[in-house]
Amino acid sequence: MRETTHKNARKRKTGRRHPLATVALIAIGLGLTGGAYAAFNATGSSADAATSSSSDVASGKKLFQANCATCHGLEAQGTDEAPSLIGVGAAAVDFQVGTGRMPMAMQGPQAEQKPVQFTQKEIDQLAAYVASLAPGAAIPDERYLDGNGDAAKGAELFRVNCAMCHNVAGAGGALTQGKFAPSLHGVTARHIYEAMITGPQNMPVFNDRNITPEGKRDIITYLQYIQKNPSPGGFELGSLGPVAEGLFIWIFGLGSIVALTVWITAKSN
Amino acid sequence: MAQDDNGGTEITPAASSAVDHRPGDPGTAVMVQNAPENPGFPPHRPRITDKDPRKERRAERTVYTLFYVSIVGSIWAIAAYIAFPIESGKISDVRVSTLAIGLGMALALLAIGFGAVHWAKALMHDKEGIDLRHPVQGSEETRERSVEIFQQADQESGFGRRTLIRNSLIGALVAFPLPAIVLFRGLGPMNEDPVKLLSHTMWRKGMRLTRDPSGTPIKASDVTIGSVFHVIPEGLNDKEDALNQKAKAAVLLMRLDPKDLHPSPAKKDWAYDGIVAYSKICTHVGCPVALYEQQTHHLLCPCHQSQFDITHEARVIFGPASRPLPQLPIEVDADGYLVAQSDFHEPVGPSFWERH
Repeated sequence: MRETTHKNARKRKTGRRHPLATVALIAIGLGLTGGAYAAFNATGSSADAATSSSSDVASGKKLFQANCATCHGLEAQGTDEAPSLIGVGAAAVDFQVGTGRMPMAMQGPQAEQKPVQFTQKEIDQLAAYVASLAPGAAIPDERYLDGNGDAAKGAELFRVNCAMCHNVAGAGGALTQGKFAPSLHGVTARHIYEAMITGPQNMPVFNDRNITPEGKRDIITYLQYIQKNPSPGGFELGSLGPVAEGLFIWIFGLGSIVALTVWITAKSN
Repeated sequence: MAQDDNGGTEITPAASSAVDHRPGDPGTAVMVQNAPENPGFPPHRPRITDKDPRKERRAERTVYTLFYVSIVGSIWAIAAYIAFPIESGKISDVRVSTLAIGLGMALALLAIGFGAVHWAKALMHDKEGIDLRHPVQGSEETRERSVEIFQQADQESGFGRRTLIRNSLIGALVAFPLPAIVLFRGLGPMNEDPVKLLSHTMWRKGMRLTRDPSGTPIKASDVTIGSVFHVIPEGLNDKEDALNQKAKAAVLLMRLDPKDLHPSPAKKDWAYDGIVAYSKICTHVGCPVALYEQQTHHLLCPCHQSQFDITHEARVIFGPASRPLPQLPIEVDADGYLVAQSDFHEPVGPSFWERH
């Protein structure tokens, strides 16, 4: 009787997977998803000097009527589906279209970033048309976008005004009901500046009387600084803080402890 | 193993079943009737290192190689400390230095651990044995003798007889911790009533609303619709206890379309042309609530996801907070700057015992 159970146990043992197989599978799976995510997230954007003329306004109007008027109305007056664009200014168009958020693929809690649908020239024409409707926020001056401001001062402004939503390292964060503050990594200085002055979607407006153009330049400097310099703490794990770090420790830390315990307590062959 | 009852000798399975059922053994809690029979150990299975001397030599080699690797790791850590200096102050240098030293030290410790475990598993004697736990209760003589010792000590010291000495000693021991209580009390607010401190902030009538962190005053015309200003009271940065004051007085200033606001009659004059100011300290446990969504006019607390609806006097629409955020009544002074009408009308932040 004892003999047979012993035999069964031995048979089971030989057919068993290697104890490290699970760990290896998890590592491979995580690596693949991470790699795919990084590959899909890599999108480029271009910047071009903006010059507007009456011909730009005319071509912009044509582009607008062909691509935007369904939701925003033929004269950009707004409909039940989308807000009026009168007075939003060229900066709003350059940000929304230049980051691929507009035209929207579908109505949802938030217009998400996707590949840019227009060339920079077309975006400039659209911006010139919307800017011609009423005065609004203009495309920012190049001298505030050079990233040569005071990173320490920018960090202080960022912590007070931006970090609660965008995370102290600019990694983004969740808002209510499916909305989120996007990551600021890889966003161009121009788009960061335009987002501050126009307040796209649920982001509040930070006008020049609240944060001066020099202050905005400092914030851009800070964001570029933290992207260029490695974290002194080693792997950042997306800079998401306790969630990412906790997940890492639960999977890899506890996983290796479990693996070691299994190894230590298993009988030697 | 100094407490071994059987001098470290192993009790074989047969012997152990014989001593398992000592009836009434002091220290055993409950005697189980018809307990299952102790099956004893499974038969000993020799390991491959027991059977094959080549494998045994190989295991020995692995163990001492691991210990040598540990020495290499330690030396590596010392070499890395010298090879990767951090004097430049650059973060990338600090990172490389930490990584290299850490790898060396991790190798040194892990190799000792792996070596020791492998030694124990593959080479050390692996026959199983039982050491019986000795009884908890002492023998009758020991118990009597210890009572004797206590009685003798009581007689010789006079502890039971000289009651004045005994009672004064107890009094001295009770009095000894009292200074600690006084000292710890000194860490709390001294001259002010804590309830009063928690109930009021530094906001006063006519005090200007200023930007955080610069402390520059805000004009009503600066606050365009959809804007958010992070606000501190005028003169906060010059205060000695600026951080303590800021923890209570921090305010979030927003401008909405006036027709979106639905104030109660009593608070009709607390806003100025759609500009409203609310305490930034969550009424749940005091996190700064500042995630403002300018389209939905919801304020989200990042700690526990409480949501406040700014259009309805910051009432709670989701989450664990139990009260709306206190509103700071504001108006505009002669120069066009935003000023407070008064302090908050209720204590800011989380509940406390005496809050009414």
